[in-house]
Amino acid sequence: MRFVRTPGGSAKKPRARAQFNLRARLMLVGGAMALCGVALVVRAVDLQLVDNAFYQQKADARFLREVPIPTSRGMITDRNGEPLAVSSPVESLYANPQELADNPAAIERLAEATGLPLDYLTRYVSQRKDKEFMYVPRHRRVNPAVAQKIMALRIPGVFSQREFRRFYPQGEAVSHVLGFTNIDDQGQEGVELAFDEWLRGTPGAQKVIRDRHGRIVEHVDLIRPAEPGKDLVLSIDRRIQFLAYRELKRTLLETGAASGSVVILDVATGEVLAMANLPSYNNNRVSGENRDAYRNRAVTDLLEPGSTMKPLTVAAGLEAGVITPTTRIDTNPGWMPNGRYRTSDFKNYGLLDTTGVITKSSNVGVSKIVRLLPDTQFDAFLRRFGFGSSTGSGFPGEAPGTFPSPGRWSGTTKQTLSYGYGLSVTPLQIARAYAALGNGGRLVTPTFVKGGGTGTAQQALDPEIAAQVMQMMQTVTEPGGTATRAAILGYHVAGKTGTARKSSGGGYARRYIAYFAGLVPVDRPRFSVTVVVNDPDTSGGGSTYGGGWISAPLFARIMEGALRLMDVPPDDIQTWLAAQAAEEARRARAAGVPAPAVAAAAPASPRGAAP
Amino acid sequence: MTRLIVAVLAVACVISAIGVVYARHQHRELYVQLTRLERERDELNIEFGRLQLEQATWAESNRIDQVARTRLGMKFPTAGEIVVVQP
Repeated sequence: MRFVRTPGGSAKKPRARAQFNLRARLMLVGGAMALCGVALVVRAVDLQLVDNAFYQQKADARFLREVPIPTSRGMITDRNGEPLAVSSPVESLYANPQELADNPAAIERLAEATGLPLDYLTRYVSQRKDKEFMYVPRHRRVNPAVAQKIMALRIPGVFSQREFRRFYPQGEAVSHVLGFTNIDDQGQEGVELAFDEWLRGTPGAQKVIRDRHGRIVEHVDLIRPAEPGKDLVLSIDRRIQFLAYRELKRTLLETGAASGSVVILDVATGEVLAMANLPSYNNNRVSGENRDAYRNRAVTDLLEPGSTMKPLTVAAGLEAGVITPTTRIDTNPGWMPNGRYRTSDFKNYGLLDTTGVITKSSNVGVSKIVRLLPDTQFDAFLRRFGFGSSTGSGFPGEAPGTFPSPGRWSGTTKQTLSYGYGLSVTPLQIARAYAALGNGGRLVTPTFVKGGGTGTAQQALDPEIAAQVMQMMQTVTEPGGTATRAAILGYHVAGKTGTARKSSGGGYARRYIAYFAGLVPVDRPRFSVTVVVNDPDTSGGGSTYGGGWISAPLFARIMEGALRLMDVPPDDIQTWLAAQAAEEARRARAAGVPAPAVAAAAPASPRGAAP
Repeated sequence: MTRLIVAVLAVACVISAIGVVYARHQHRELYVQLTRLERERDELNIEFGRLQLEQATWAESNRIDQVARTRLGMKFPTAGEIVVVQP
């Protein structure tokens, strides 16, 4: 560019020539503009290539979302694979109140679809106007079909998310063992709590692209795969569990008792085959009320074991060598002093041998035995059988029991301990101690998981002495014993009754706990069972509230079924065959004599008369 | 010589860029497929769980007990009705 002097310009007085360098100025401006351009390019390059994370993130945040992938909790099954707790998907409806609040038509449609009153829903939404999230009332964890129907209406601002809910198909019968989970799927009680880590899955995460309405348009990337919870196989047998529960319920109804527990252990492995308690609750519908029924009494309740202690006292005496199975013990006159108090028997049994003390459940008898034992030895013996310490089953809330050490015994404690007063134990502890007697003196750790036994059993007692005590306990269920009602046809049963008076207000009330602890079959014990019936109706008088009357038949009914279910061969087949022969003879007589009058009389004829 | 190298590199760069785009596209497609299959699997698992639950509910011990006793008129045989076979 050049400025050309125009001819017309010269007519005036010629202007002074420009005193600046035009070219340089132009260069300067051009250079500055170029620098600006370069700066922009540099910045663009910087943003695009070098320092792009920040804006990339901002941009992604507009449409990319990280959403969790829900995962289910592991299933709990019984030892045969029958489901006891199953997680099933449900839908939870939620809404964005901000979006709903200025859209009355949408609220109306939602109210219609959900069946909620319109004014209630309108108020509910307006109260949450400043929030971005709310659950649609009464539509959390609903049936997927219901949610789908509502979602099909495409009401703006209403969404649905999948959650998992726990279902317990067996309901009340197993509720204490299983426990339950809260609304966030975390274990709260029982096995659900004890094995929460194992059962719980890890939710995954994925990146998705969402549109303006929050609907997922595209799945972009997997950040973390969801890990479903692991399944858990319990040692519980559903059939035995139900049998125990049903029979316990029946007994409680018949005797008017307040509560009860049944524990069945596998003698060799310590696996809990059944653990039933009443009162029970339905863990599908857990409400805050009636907390009393939520307790797993078999592991949390502390009770004085009463006479179920006696076989252990006798075992301690045998081990110390102070008595033999044939030692004569004089229980005359049916009572003996114990400090200011008196230890008395149900009636005067006179002269008994050691076996007779167990057969008749003589308090005086065991008191005389325990007098021969040093305090520390007796204490150590009972501790070896797990009294005073937790069984190690790992069940939440398990009580260790109370068992004072000899230093804290008063003058009367040792004698009362010998027949089960002055210490408190859980039903599980009794079952475990008895299992040791049936397991050749080896004390196992109870477990709720199939195959979960530690395998290391502690030798608590010489196998020979354990066998002797088993023989003594067998007489309890034979004629002359205190628990003839616990006898099972075809099997020898070893057991011990207990009728403990309940302590109340510093003394003992005329209220009772009826126990039966037993092992079956005697030859090769499979089951260790403890039956506890708390506070039965005493108005029947006599011994109708005792362990031999109430708990022993309950034991027999449960075990008859359990032995059959677990295919345990009978160890007393002779008695069974004899009973069968008698029955056949009776039937033959009934069929052989046609006269109805005689036939009717036939069943009355003594059964024992048959060969 | 240098020009040739530059040209080769430039072409390689373009090819690899296209390759990246292609791989990315494929990844997306496969991921979508994976998600779909996973969802299918989950649905089947869930259906299985639901059926198991349903079966367990039908097979609930108390219900079986009631049905056997009342509707089918079954009872447990008494000791006398069981025949023991001597081995």
